[in-house]
Amino acid sequence: MLQERSPDLSGYVEPDRVRREVYTDERIFELEMERIHERYWIYCGHESQVPKPGDYYAVQIGRQPMLMVRGKDGKVRVLYNRCPHRGNMMCGDRHGNAGEFFRCSYHAWTFHHDGKLRSIPMMESGYKGTRFGKDNPDCSMKPAARVESYRGFVFASLAQDGPTLKEFLGESRIAFDDMCDRAPEGEVEVVPNCFRVIQHSNWKIFLENQLDALHPSVTHQSTGRAAHEVEKEIARAAKKHKGGNAAPLSYHMLSAFATVTIDKWDAFQTLNYPYGHCILTGYMGLRPQDPDTLAYDKVMIKAYGKKRFEEIVGVNIHHVLIYPGLSVQSPLQQLRAVRPLGVDRTLTEIWHFRLKGAPEPIYRRSLAYYNLVNSPATLVNADDLENFWKCHQGLSSEGGDWVTFGRHFGRDIEKPGVVETGPNMGTSEAPMRNQMKAWAQYMGAAR
Amino acid sequence: MTKLQLQHDAEQFLYQQAQLLDSKQWQAWIDLFAADGIYWMPPEPSHTTWEGMPAIFAEDRNLMKVRMGRVLHPDAWSQRPLWETNHIVSNVVIQKAAKNGDLEVRSRFHMMELRRDDVRHFAGSYLHKLKKTPKGYAIKLQRVDMTNAQAAYDYVLQVWV
Repeated sequence: MLQERSPDLSGYVEPDRVRREVYTDERIFELEMERIHERYWIYCGHESQVPKPGDYYAVQIGRQPMLMVRGKDGKVRVLYNRCPHRGNMMCGDRHGNAGEFFRCSYHAWTFHHDGKLRSIPMMESGYKGTRFGKDNPDCSMKPAARVESYRGFVFASLAQDGPTLKEFLGESRIAFDDMCDRAPEGEVEVVPNCFRVIQHSNWKIFLENQLDALHPSVTHQSTGRAAHEVEKEIARAAKKHKGGNAAPLSYHMLSAFATVTIDKWDAFQTLNYPYGHCILTGYMGLRPQDPDTLAYDKVMIKAYGKKRFEEIVGVNIHHVLIYPGLSVQSPLQQLRAVRPLGVDRTLTEIWHFRLKGAPEPIYRRSLAYYNLVNSPATLVNADDLENFWKCHQGLSSEGGDWVTFGRHFGRDIEKPGVVETGPNMGTSEAPMRNQMKAWAQYMGAAR
Repeated sequence: MTKLQLQHDAEQFLYQQAQLLDSKQWQAWIDLFAADGIYWMPPEPSHTTWEGMPAIFAEDRNLMKVRMGRVLHPDAWSQRPLWETNHIVSNVVIQKAAKNGDLEVRSRFHMMELRRDDVRHFAGSYLHKLKKTPKGYAIKLQRVDMTNAQAAYDYVLQVWV
């Protein structure tokens, strides 16, 4: 049935441009949920979000409300947030602890943390002779078809078949390796706070912005300039009163939007991988020689040895985009998960992680970035969201049929398993071309 | 000073602060803060300090200056559309009055915001820790517990609430 109603997508994606309906057609959105989000690996959360048995976190996978839950056996599972009796949502809170078992608020059916039916009130008298009971799997909470985690980051796929998580992530795994390796103990734990911001635009508009190296000096000029002015003022004051402190590193991260001029962003490079994943290289001055960094270096060298330490802090990443719904800033230990709510509404869930074993100032440094850039009072994303809304408005119009991704088209360097941008072409629209190429493959629209 | 006079002074201070926000007099608003003053909006009421904690706002005067510089920049794109706020401050209770004249004042606020054609509402409580100075009160700490702090944000907050 759906096939008959589906638009023929074969002409929608060309190597250097995409039809506008890809962002605005509700039928295409429904197909995306079916063929991409409810089929491939979607990020659910970090294991440290659910430390104790019975701890759960609600998560949306495509259109499906799910629960990530820790069992008494220590295992983290992902279940549909639904009672098999009458379809009631099992947990109405965003997170909490289920106690010894899940208990439906409607008719008190209870379920073990793995979703298996535990009891029904008056089960014997009420269901004797029926097909409903503990032996019938339809009477248990349905689990996600597949759940896997990588270095503590839990993903689920709602399809039985398909690539394993490791195969799917491929080279984009470096997002988690880079994050965890920077911890002296080799792992991270979640900072228990999620900033949630809704964008009035299609989910792909957000993803395309993540590795867009041309936009910062245009979109974020105002913040860059303002931060730079105050940064200079603080430096002047520090000079005047000898021994005063320079501005915190977070100012420098903001002022880079103004001081790194539009042409300099070309010095970055993007690496584009199968399934639509991409990496933006670049380093926002995260290896300064201040006492905090030097103290951290010492702890790291003790944990890893000099050689391995140099390898770890030498990893040169700004952003990793894991299609179709995760943007990771590994050197700052934060990530944004993308939850499409509708064709023109997208929720972002933004988390920060603590490097286990690292000195407190290193946590505070990236926390400052989390607060200034990713909080709901962001000094940066406000202007991105304004652009996303405008994009979606413009694409809803009949003023043109195409979105173009032509910057440095034809100059990408194709290697086995990766498409690289050429030297000094960091602002190339290769990541957008790569995402749309993957999209066409996911959607069965590849030519 | 009579209790009534103290109550009056505290209320007038809060009303003036709200007026400065609604009339976009950013520098005058910042100048209400002491040199080491902090504007803090925790993401949840259980937080007891902004230091080392995720925060919606945790700004000293320098960061306030960055925020002001941003919204006054001609290319602050998100500030271009029509944007107005209206604060109502009420339920003013003086929780502590120190001998040196410093005050701790609890109040409730309601802010209506217009952006383009959309109206949003934010409400919650303020805790002002005020330092008595020869020139009037200076804010040592303004804690803002927004009732909808934990709800998903439909768009973001541009300026202080």
